[in-house]
Amino acid sequence: MENIQQQFVEIFGTEWGSMLFSLATNMTFILAIVVPLLLGVAYLTFAERKIIAYMQIRVGPNRVTFFGIPWLRGWGQPIADAVKAIMKEIVIPTGANKFLFILAPVLTIMPALAAWAVIPFSPELILADINAGLLYILAMTSMGIYGIIIAGWASNSKYAFLGAMRSAAQVVSYELAMGFALVCVLMMSQSLNLGDIVNGQQGNSFLNWYLIPLFPMFLVYLISGVAETNRAPFDVAEGESEIVAGFHVDYSGMAFTVFFLAEYSNMILVATLTSIMFLGGWLPPVDIAPFTLIPGIIWLLLKIAFILFFFLWFRATFPRYRYDQIMRLGWKIFIPITLVWIVLLGSIMQLPESIRNTFPLNIWF
Amino acid sequence: MDRIKKFFSTFLLFELLKGMAVTGRYLFKPKITVHFPEEKTPQSPRFRGLHALRRYPNGEERCIACKLCEAVCPAMAITIDSEQRADGTRRTTRYDIDLSKCIFCGFCEESCPVDSIVETRILEYHGEKRGDLIYTKEMLLAIGDRYEEQIAKDREADARYR
Repeated sequence: MENIQQQFVEIFGTEWGSMLFSLATNMTFILAIVVPLLLGVAYLTFAERKIIAYMQIRVGPNRVTFFGIPWLRGWGQPIADAVKAIMKEIVIPTGANKFLFILAPVLTIMPALAAWAVIPFSPELILADINAGLLYILAMTSMGIYGIIIAGWASNSKYAFLGAMRSAAQVVSYELAMGFALVCVLMMSQSLNLGDIVNGQQGNSFLNWYLIPLFPMFLVYLISGVAETNRAPFDVAEGESEIVAGFHVDYSGMAFTVFFLAEYSNMILVATLTSIMFLGGWLPPVDIAPFTLIPGIIWLLLKIAFILFFFLWFRATFPRYRYDQIMRLGWKIFIPITLVWIVLLGSIMQLPESIRNTFPLNIWF
Repeated sequence: MDRIKKFFSTFLLFELLKGMAVTGRYLFKPKITVHFPEEKTPQSPRFRGLHALRRYPNGEERCIACKLCEAVCPAMAITIDSEQRADGTRRTTRYDIDLSKCIFCGFCEESCPVDSIVETRILEYHGEKRGDLIYTKEMLLAIGDRYEEQIAKDREADARYR
């Protein structure tokens, strides 16, 4: 690293050299995050099709392979899909606002990818170790809704517009419950830094993870996460049975694919956040030899995969909620539960040390 | 009491977990999909697929241009022109089936007094450009010649029930 920086300084001069060096390193890190992420998205679509197929006693995609290798059958499917999407034409409807129509997918995917900057993959592996990491992520995930609203508006179609309205209302409602659930995590960890949140769960085993003391909040967060990413059973924004496909009816080709990339990378993001905040991030489940030898990033990836499996499982199991049911769940059930928990947790925190360390209470602190 | 029970089973996600248990079980069940090009479902001898025109064993085509099939065809997919040959027999000069109109009802086969037009077991045919699915007399005769053995066997198997 030092050598390379030295060379940059020699070639471009002191000021420009160090500036270009930090640009180059940051670009490298960004690529190192985004490229595996997009590959992960591609194979998440494959995993989704396979798992849902298996739950419906089908076999799912099993034709496209690499170089005719039989045991890789189906694994070429996401690549084939991507190639197809790139080749297709992006049709812009006559009545659409061209500028916003093209801008919307960009606005959707930008925050979905930008939020990954503060995710700690292991104690050292983090692009931007900022103290308000959680706040940044909340801000970024809320930005994604702009893309959806603009897409619905720019399409100049009533279906797209209805989908966008639904999506906006839903994301805003569930953002509240999600935020309150995260407040509980913040009260436990006393930090907004994601690395510190994981370190706060350090202990001998998974009993120290926030999953145990904050189990209801874990459920609220997970379900709100599903709603936030507009996934089944909360996918009224797409609602193909009544509003065709919601906000992306008029999109085709790569523009359409970008919406899907955003949706799936948001899914992975929510899964990652759940593993970081409730499942101990990079920490192994038990602090003994065979588990501690495995690098932290592997544990994190396993936890992400586990949560993602639940996302797919939900989709294979549950029918779509009606719109008013979604709103009721968000406002009348989740927000009261989370508020009660915040008050409960706050009052426990105010108790004197001696009482807090006795049995039923010491799982919290 | 019932309402309280119902409230808790919903609130504690019991109902949802029950549903997830069902799909979770099915995840490991053996899959029933038939892998089409490698495996095929069994077909009945009455299967109504691609059409064929048959010949007598001596090589003479069976069709006598009675036009019953053309008349009975509900989709009007069949077009027949005929002429009288030098030996006084009537034969078709043109026998077209537009397979993009055909609904595979099998009426043509049923109406045929000489078992000439038949529907075979072939279902994996396709057209790559417009007009590919209009089958002419030559094409239909060729299909008949090629699959005569199978066609004859299927007629034989079904003969008792006709």
